[in-house]
Amino acid sequence: MAKTVGLLLAGLVACYGLNWFLAEFIEVVYVDYLNLIGIAIVLAVGLNVINGLTGQFSLGHAGFMAIGAFVAGLVSIQLTYGEMSSGPLELAGLGTFLLSLLLAGLAAAVLGVVVGAPALRLKGDYLAIATLGFAEITRILLTAQDSLGGPTGIKRIPKMPLLPGTGAWDGGTSVFWIFLVVFTIVLFSARLQRSTYGRALIAIRENELAAETMGVRAARMKVMAFVYGAFFAGIAGGLYAHYQHSVRPDDFTSIRSIEVVVMLVLGGLGSITGAVLGAVAVTLVPQLLRPLEEQLQVNGLSMVVYALLLILMMIFRPQGIFGQRELSLKLFRRILPGGRK
Amino acid sequence: MTALLATENLTIRFGGLTAVDGFNLAIEPGDLFGLIGPNGAGKTTVFNMITGVYLPTEGSVHFDGKLVNGLQPAQVAALGVSRTFQNIRLFDELSVLENAMTGAHQHAKINLFDSLLRTARHYREEQRQRDRAYELLTFMGLEDRAGLPAKQLPYGHRRKLEIARALATEPKLICLDEPAAGMNTGEKAELSALIRKIRDELKVTVLLIEHDMKLVMGICEKIQVLDYGKTIALGTPQEIQNNPKVIEAYLGGE
Ligand SMILES: Nc1ncnc2c1ncn2[C@@H]1O[C@H](COP(=O)(O)OP(=O)(O)OP(=O)(O)O)[C@@H](O)[C@H]1O
Ligand SMILES: [Mg+2]
Repeated sequence: MAKTVGLLLAGLVACYGLNWFLAEFIEVVYVDYLNLIGIAIVLAVGLNVINGLTGQFSLGHAGFMAIGAFVAGLVSIQLTYGEMSSGPLELAGLGTFLLSLLLAGLAAAVLGVVVGAPALRLKGDYLAIATLGFAEITRILLTAQDSLGGPTGIKRIPKMPLLPGTGAWDGGTSVFWIFLVVFTIVLFSARLQRSTYGRALIAIRENELAAETMGVRAARMKVMAFVYGAFFAGIAGGLYAHYQHSVRPDDFTSIRSIEVVVMLVLGGLGSITGAVLGAVAVTLVPQLLRPLEEQLQVNGLSMVVYALLLILMMIFRPQGIFGQRELSLKLFRRILPGGRK
Repeated sequence: MTALLATENLTIRFGGLTAVDGFNLAIEPGDLFGLIGPNGAGKTTVFNMITGVYLPTEGSVHFDGKLVNGLQPAQVAALGVSRTFQNIRLFDELSVLENAMTGAHQHAKINLFDSLLRTARHYREEQRQRDRAYELLTFMGLEDRAGLPAKQLPYGHRRKLEIARALATEPKLICLDEPAAGMNTGEKAELSALIRKIRDELKVTVLLIEHDMKLVMGICEKIQVLDYGKTIALGTPQEIQNNPKVIEAYLGGE
């Protein structure tokens, strides 16, 4: 417990340092990539608990993110401006910002229960289709909501609050906040994995009947996994909303859900390290391909590249880059000469 | 003495097939009870109904005086019934130790936040599970393999690990489904001794399905014989061996 507080404080300081460093030395374009990677990591590491650890095939992660984005956006607009009006973009107060993220996570978590419940009955492809459907319904309902701006969504979402010493920079404090969440979810997920809950989730994945017969309440555990993943996806959505200052329902199409699954499959389902790596790769691929797309005047090259990557992966390394292993100190010790076995 | 496990008129139909038909069973605390019968007699199906995997079409299962029908497998496990599987069902990607620890999961008195925040309660629970799992692995002679992924375990050891995992649930009754299948003579002798120790030292009542007659006759005090879903005999090993109906069922079956 004391260690947890210490670790979170260390994470806080590290994220502040990163934010400061980038503000001093790095161009804002690259910071944009970094932030998108951070948000992708939160999505992927969260989904890894559902798809990787528990072995469920959820294909609706964008739905949780959408709810989080809209809830955080609306809450902070309400608390900052009092109404949706035009005017300059403002900063969210620290309390408003944190509250908006918390509510974003909780709203998504509630939806996680709703979506997790059918997971008790549906398996494999059926669950994938049901969750995909849920995410699409969420998006369509949001689009149909005129009070939420319909297809154009909500705008003027207040910026993330400043911290002492991070004022005069376009990137603001986005890196700090986003990576603080990245740090937290990676820490918590690693701990989840190495606990009685993690073993129970893996047991469900490995052999659900045996797990249940050994007393693992599979239904409860699956809902827990969905709630965990959804909560962080909601927060990722909230961060995204504050970062982009505006969100549209179409920011959360099923393509985004599929991307998150691709991140996991590329990195190695069940591995946090793999999820992080997959998030980096899948976020960067379209950015790297953009010049080529412009030159050739074709759109959607990145989709082709994902497909190719996945096919190559299935042929040469079906377990993903990391398989189920984790990059950890232990692994380093094994690799280093003279290290313990 | 009231029965620990009692089934009454237990019946299940799969489409047109009546796999178990009016099956009555009474197991007293401390029994080492054998359930035998030719292939397809319905023995595994009985286990599945006792452990909440299948819902009986008719009849009832009572454990410790409580009605088991309609409970989920995890609820039955919580009552104190555990089992192994004829077709081994281990958690392959978990280590041998972790497999056994999973059996102890149901007694965890912590919540998710304890584990996420690494409270003292979390560490205590991990310690409890690890100690208990290790004890049971030692009991089954698997302590040297604790760190190995379960999928790398040789066949005979896999069956033993299933028993260790089932014992980690702290059951009152353990149902073993052909634990000696695939073992050689030496391993079988060792297993016989272990099954006896489970009952005598761990004080767990044992219900055993086994095709190896020498093993069953050697350790069980009571045996019930099933054929085509129906009980055809119940008695001591002596009585069963001399029962013409049993001899007929086995000779006629093959
Ligand atoms: N889920 C099911 N659906 C349909 N039929 C089933 C099902 N489970 C078992 N059966 C049938 O019920 C009968 C009894 O099967 P069971 O597995 O209980 O036999 P057993 O006595 O354990 O045999 P063995 O010694 O070969 O393990 C068999 O005819 C089997 O095909
Ligand atoms: Mg059987």
